[in-house]
Amino acid sequence: MMPLPRLDRLGVAFLIITIGAAALAPILALVVPHDSAFAMPPYVVALLGKYMCYAILAVALDLVWGYCGILSLGHSAFFALGGYAMGMYLMRQIGARGVYANPVLPDFMVFLNWKELPVAWWGFHSFAYASLMVMLVPGLLAFAFGWFAFRSRVTGVYLSIITQAMTYALKLAFFRNDFGFGGNNGLTDFKDILGFNVQSDATRAALFSLSALALALSYLISRAIVVSKYGKAVIAIRDAESRVRFLGYRVENYKLFIFVVSAVMAGVAGALYVPQVGIINPSEFDPGNSIEAVIWVAVGGRGTLVGAALGAVAVNFAKTYFTGVFPEYWLYALGGLFVLVTLFLPKGLIGLLNLRRPARPTPPTPTPTPSLAQQEEGAR
Amino acid sequence: MPLARLVAVLFFLCCTTVARADAVDDALAKFFDDKFPRTEQAINELAATGAANAPAILDALGDNRLLIDQADHIIVYKTTGDDLINAKTGEKLDGVDAGAFKKVRINNALRSAIEAAMGALTLANPDPQKRAGAAEAVFETRDASALKALEAQLSHESDPHVAELLRQARAAIVVLDSKTPTADRVAAVATLKARGDQDSQSLIDQVANQSDDPAVKAAALDAKAAIKAHLAWLSVLQNLIYGISAASVLLLAAIGLAITFGVMGVINMAHGEMVMLGAYTTFVVQSALPPSLLQWSLAVALPLAFLVSAIVGVAIERLVIRFLYGRPLETLLATWGVSLILQQAVRSLFGANNRQVSAPNFMSGSFDWAGLQITTGRLWIVALAILVFVALQLALRATPFGLRMRAVTQNRRMAAAMGISTGRIDMLAFALGSGVAGVAGVALSQIDNVSPNLGQGYIIDSFMVVVLGGVGNLWGTLLGATVLGVANKLLEPVIGAVLGKILLLVFIILFIQKRPRGLFALKGRAVEA
Repeated sequence: MMPLPRLDRLGVAFLIITIGAAALAPILALVVPHDSAFAMPPYVVALLGKYMCYAILAVALDLVWGYCGILSLGHSAFFALGGYAMGMYLMRQIGARGVYANPVLPDFMVFLNWKELPVAWWGFHSFAYASLMVMLVPGLLAFAFGWFAFRSRVTGVYLSIITQAMTYALKLAFFRNDFGFGGNNGLTDFKDILGFNVQSDATRAALFSLSALALALSYLISRAIVVSKYGKAVIAIRDAESRVRFLGYRVENYKLFIFVVSAVMAGVAGALYVPQVGIINPSEFDPGNSIEAVIWVAVGGRGTLVGAALGAVAVNFAKTYFTGVFPEYWLYALGGLFVLVTLFLPKGLIGLLNLRRPARPTPPTPTPTPSLAQQEEGAR
Repeated sequence: MPLARLVAVLFFLCCTTVARADAVDDALAKFFDDKFPRTEQAINELAATGAANAPAILDALGDNRLLIDQADHIIVYKTTGDDLINAKTGEKLDGVDAGAFKKVRINNALRSAIEAAMGALTLANPDPQKRAGAAEAVFETRDASALKALEAQLSHESDPHVAELLRQARAAIVVLDSKTPTADRVAAVATLKARGDQDSQSLIDQVANQSDDPAVKAAALDAKAAIKAHLAWLSVLQNLIYGISAASVLLLAAIGLAITFGVMGVINMAHGEMVMLGAYTTFVVQSALPPSLLQWSLAVALPLAFLVSAIVGVAIERLVIRFLYGRPLETLLATWGVSLILQQAVRSLFGANNRQVSAPNFMSGSFDWAGLQITTGRLWIVALAILVFVALQLALRATPFGLRMRAVTQNRRMAAAMGISTGRIDMLAFALGSGVAGVAGVALSQIDNVSPNLGQGYIIDSFMVVVLGGVGNLWGTLLGATVLGVANKLLEPVIGAVLGKILLLVFIILFIQKRPRGLFALKGRAVEA
C-alpha cells in the first residue's frame, strides 16, 4: 500500500479550503435565506463551479508541465472530450422532451434526418457508461498520442506544436455536422442529470460541491504521484532528460503514465464543467484555450499544484471582472499577464509567498530549462 | 478599258450600298408596328444588313431608347448623352422634344434576340478580339440565326485564332441540326472534341443522347470519352495550380518563422501578428496615397511593411525574448501574450471590422491559359514568394550576416566562441524573420480579409510547414509549404476541405514520429537534445 503523502502547510490549507467550500456552498446557497448577507446567489454558485473545473484542468496541466516539462497544448482537447462524453449522456437524458420529441435521437440528428443512433452514441443513456467514457476517451487518446510521441523522442517545442495540431484537428472534426456530435452548435438544452434538473439551485450547489471535491482529489492524487519515487524520476526527466535515459530509466514510460493521468483528470474536469455551463461546442477545443490554461499554471506557480489551482481561479476571476467592466482591455491584461509572468514571476504567485519564508524547503520549483545546446552539452 | 472597269466597280458598289440601305429601311419600317413578332423580324433583318449604325440602334432598343413617331414615320434613338439621332439618316435632331415619341416596346424574348443579333454584328467587327468574343457568345447561345453571319465571316477570316473560334461556334450550331449532312456533323463533333471544355462536353452529351444518325452518335460517344479524360486531366492540373498558389502563401507566411525558429530555437507565436501588421500597413498606405498613385500602393507597401514588422519584431526580441533565452517553452507563452496584445491594439486602432484593401489593376482579374483558370493576383503572389525565397537564400548564403546566422543556427556556443555576437545575430534574425512576415502580409491583404484575426488563421499552418520542413535549410520550408499546399488542394475535391485538413494534420503528427526534426534536420551531434 502506498504511504499517504505527507502534506505541507500549503497543501493542508488547500484541502481545508476546497473541502470546506464543498461543504459550505450548499448551505449558503440553499439553507441561508436569500436576503441574508451570507447567501450565495445561484449565478455565483455556477461561476465558482466553473472555476473549480478550470482549477482541476490547471492541476492536471501542472502535473505534466510543471513536473515533467511537457508543455501540452492538447489539454483543452482532453477537457472538451470529457465534456462531450458528459454532454452525450445529458443529451440522451432529454429523451422525448426535445423539440422533435424523438425518444432516442437528439434533436440535431432528427434535424439532419438521421434514422439511427450512431455507434459512438450507444450506451450513453447510462450514467455509469458515460462516466467511464469521460475518463477512457481522453485517457486512450493521450495514451495513443503519447505512446508514439514519447517513443520517438519528440520533445520541447515540437511536442507543443504537435499537441496543438491534434487539438486543432479535433476542433475541425467536431465542427463537421456529419461527425455526429452536433457540429457547430455542439450539445446543449440539457434537462436532467441523474434525474435532477440541471437548472435547479440544488443541483448546481451539488455540482459545485462535487467539483470542489474532485479538485481536492486531483490534488491528492497528483501530490501522491509527485512525492513518490516515481515522481522524483519524473522531475529528473524534466531537468535533464538525456541524463535520466543514460542512467537506465525508460523515460518514455514515465512520461506516458503522467501524460495519461493528466489527460484523464482534464477529462473529468470537462465532464463536471458541461452540466454547470449547460453547453459544449467545438470552440472548447480551441488551441488558444490550451495556452490560456498554461498561463493559469504559470501565474499560480508551476510545479506547485496548489499554485496551479490558485492561478486558474485568480485569472478567471480577473477575466470575469474585466470582461464585465472593461471588455476592451481584457486581452491587453491577459497578454500582459503572459509576458510579465514569464519574465518577472517564473515561480508565480506561490513563489511570492515563499519569498517571505525562504528557510523551508519548498515543493520542487523549476530551474530554467537549459537550452537545446546546453542540454546536449550536458548530456555528452 | 480601265475606266470602264472602274465604272463597273463603282456601279456595283453603289448597288450594294443602295440595296443595303433599302434593307435597312425595310427593317426599320417594321419597328413602327411596335408588335413583338414584327420587332423581332426587324432586329434580325437589321443585323443581317450589317449596317454601321445597326449596333447603336439595337443597343438603344435594348435600353428602351429607340423611339418612334408613327404619324410622321420617323424613327430615332436617344444616345446615352441624351441626343436624338435619326436612325435612318444618322442625323442629329436638334430642338425636338423626345416626349413626342413613343418607345418601342420590348420583352425578354426580344432582349435575347437583340443579344444574339449584336453577337452576329460583332462577328464582322474589325477588331479580332471583338470578333473572338462574338464567336464565343454565339457558341454559348447556339443561336442558329447567326449561322449565316458565321459562315460569311469564316470565309474570309484572317486571324487563325478567331477562325478556330468561329469554326467551333459553327460546329455548336450544326451539330444539333438534324438537317445538316452527316459528314458535316461528324466534323463538327471533331471540332468540339478538339475544344474539349465543359461547354463542349454538355453539347456532345446532348448529341450522343438525341442523335438518331449512327455515325454522328458513334463520333459523339467517342468524343465524349475523350473530353471526359481531357477534363479530368485538366481538373487535376487546375487543382495543382491552386495548390501551388496555396503553397506560395504558406511559404511566405512560414519562411520568416523558419528563420527565427532555426536561429533561436524558439517559436514566435506572435508571428501571425507580424503578418497582420504587414496587411494593415498596406491598408494605411492605400488610404494615405492619392488615388492616382493607387497603382503603386503595393510597391510602396512592401518595403514599409517589411520595416514596420521588422521594427516591432526587434522590439519584441529586445524587450521580451532576450530575457527568456534558453527557455523555449516560456518564450512560446510570452510571445502568445504579445500576439494577444498586438491583436487588441490593432482592434482598438482600426476597429474589429475587415478593412478594404484594393488590388491594383495589373493584379486583378484572371485569364485562361490552355483551359486553365489563372488568377492574376495569385500569380503575382507566387512570383513574390519565389522572389522572397531567392532573396533570403542569397542573404543566408552570400552575405557575412548570413554566414554568421548559419553559424549560430548550427552551434550557438561554438559561434559565440568564434567571436560572433550571438545576441546581435538573434536580433537581426528576428528583424529579418518578422520583416518577411510583413511582406507576406502585403500579399495576404490581396486575398484574405484584413482583420485583427488575420494572423491567427495562418499561424498553425505555418507551424506545420516549419515542423514538416525542419529548420536546417530553407529548402525544407519550401518543400514543406509545397507538400502541404498541393496536398491540401488535391485532397479538397476528393474528401472536402475540412477532412483534407484533418488528414494532413494527422499526417504531420505521424510524420514527426518518424522524423522528429523535420525533413531537413541539422546534421551532426547537435541534433540530439
